[in-house]
Amino acid sequence: MLELRKDIFADERDDNLNEVGKGTQRQDMLGHVTGTSTYFNDHKLQGMLHVRVVRSTQSHARLRRIDTSEAERSEGVRRVIRGADVPRNLNTLLSLINFGKDDEPTLAVDKVRYRGEPIVAVVAETLRAAAEAAAKVRVDYESLPSVFDVEEALKPGAPTVNETYPKNTFTYHERYDHQKLRFGDVERGFAGADHVLEQRYQMSPIEHAPVETNGSIAAPDTNGRYVVYTSTQALFFSLDTCAKILDLPSNTFHFIGGTVGGGFGGKVDTLTEPLAILAAMLTGRPVRYVLGREEEMQFGPPRGAERIYIKDGVMRDGRIVARQIRGYFDSGAYTRLSSYAVVKCAAHLPGPYTIPNVHGDIYCVFTNRTPATAMRGFGITGMDFALECQMDKLAHLIGMDPMEFRILNAYRDGDMKAHRREAKNTALIECVQVAAEKAKWPIREEFRRMSSRKDGGGARAAVPSTPREPAQPRSAPAQQRTSYDRGLSMPPQPDPPPQAPAPSPGHGATRFSSVFGTRRR
Amino acid sequence: MAKTPLQFRHNGRDVALFVDGGTNLLVVLREMLGDVTPKFGCGQGGCGACTVLIDGEAHLSCLTLAEAVEGRAVETLDGIKTGPNLHPLQRAFAEGFAAQCGYCTPGMLMAAKALLDRNPQPSREQVVEAISGNICRCTGYEPIINAVLAAASSRASA
Repeated sequence: MLELRKDIFADERDDNLNEVGKGTQRQDMLGHVTGTSTYFNDHKLQGMLHVRVVRSTQSHARLRRIDTSEAERSEGVRRVIRGADVPRNLNTLLSLINFGKDDEPTLAVDKVRYRGEPIVAVVAETLRAAAEAAAKVRVDYESLPSVFDVEEALKPGAPTVNETYPKNTFTYHERYDHQKLRFGDVERGFAGADHVLEQRYQMSPIEHAPVETNGSIAAPDTNGRYVVYTSTQALFFSLDTCAKILDLPSNTFHFIGGTVGGGFGGKVDTLTEPLAILAAMLTGRPVRYVLGREEEMQFGPPRGAERIYIKDGVMRDGRIVARQIRGYFDSGAYTRLSSYAVVKCAAHLPGPYTIPNVHGDIYCVFTNRTPATAMRGFGITGMDFALECQMDKLAHLIGMDPMEFRILNAYRDGDMKAHRREAKNTALIECVQVAAEKAKWPIREEFRRMSSRKDGGGARAAVPSTPREPAQPRSAPAQQRTSYDRGLSMPPQPDPPPQAPAPSPGHGATRFSSVFGTRRR
Repeated sequence: MAKTPLQFRHNGRDVALFVDGGTNLLVVLREMLGDVTPKFGCGQGGCGACTVLIDGEAHLSCLTLAEAVEGRAVETLDGIKTGPNLHPLQRAFAEGFAAQCGYCTPGMLMAAKALLDRNPQPSREQVVEAISGNICRCTGYEPIINAVLAAASSRASA
């Protein structure tokens, strides 16, 4: 079944890969099938209290008054926690590696920026008592205008979501509002291209939805320490984040993780540990804080939404000569990890292809939506979706087989990538060849003979002359109509006028009406 | 709050306790009896992680009022091994890589056991139907379906 092509990776480390291709039992399998694998919530501690959090019902509002008096008198309540009780209420996750400014409170104080944002934590003898008391907390909101669309958020006059970043964009190197990639001269590339195709792509937020929700249990230990059982995917990262928020040395905490009931990136944001520990500190009792499913959906972060514009110049023979990309990552109301996803995305451009002129602008944008975070390949996955859709459309446009089109444009060993690193062990050509073979997809002999280890480097290893650009007004990205969108069965049109007026959408297009809704020619 | 006396059989053992009105079976099993094999996933009957058998039938313990099991037999994953020996379903799940994070596994196994107990030789469609209320987010459903079918055929040949 398994075929190892070691020849393609000859200069990688020399091991025998003794385990790959053989079945090896997981060490935790016996625990899983007998139900004895211990998840954080399987610990039961004597005298354990429970946390219920009061969350914002508004997407964007000033907090005029928070009245917890009735909740404090409610049966079984041991403590009500407000933002002022949190030693260092403001934090940003990547401050641990000195990246970004503290922009997110553990408990909101003067303003809420998304629906579901935590405002008050109630600690009580039972979860029911905590929930009943939480319902008695009165929050007086003054609604503010909200912004939910990444491009709307960048327009002059848009509401400021997060005062740490007044222009609604993350700030890189303390001065840049986006990540910029310049390689060669795309304008010259477009001018010399046989066809230019510009398209708009969009990806919705995606919830990880692990079957186990986020949560943790914190308990006072001996010697003033606290033991913390947690669902985190990032044990030491969470530990250090708690040390910062609670303003204590990290050896105050003994974090115990291990078996996680599904994560996929949704359990790296240290959502519950700071409040669980703080509640344990303030009550002297073990405290459990577990998200319900609705909280997991609304407060637990998703993979962020993305909007992407790709403009390509392609020659009739299939070579892509220029690729311009503008991408907007929806970070939601706070940074979390989207700032980093944007850096990864910029380094990934223009995808695994060698294109002599590349131009990329990628923005990390704040909106009044649930903050986004990591999820499997974040920064790359949404962009790859757009790039590969675009590749199919380009192949269709010039009447070329999509597999052969990818082989022709694939990067090869020795090529210069747009971020100025040499491509090594690329193997994309071989992957496409094997995929075509397995799918019984016929490709022509000359494409079957191409190799990632031949014909790369040389002129393709050079960094092209890249003009320094004067400050120029942004041109509005556009969306062209293509015959591809009307169905793959239609014959390719060899020379469609790129500026043709858009026909009224047929059945196939109405599905995408929300995506194409703001089409400008 | 008024407490209600409650007796039922838990994995072959008689238990008696007092519960608050409105307490669900999942809380009784996990918090009061210390049987943590049923899992909390949603509390809304949407995920199947809390599936247990009541008189042999698969039920969602998070939506079952504790009082409703008075005098009945409740079976969880904790009770399906025979001494040190794994149940054929447990063996098939382990051998077929039908668990990754393991969190949905107790519910999957109980839903599958309810099926095999009443229909030892189910079709693939019947297996799919039996676990259709159980969500898995890691392994995908194919290895799970195959493991249930493998357990059925191993019992048939044993």
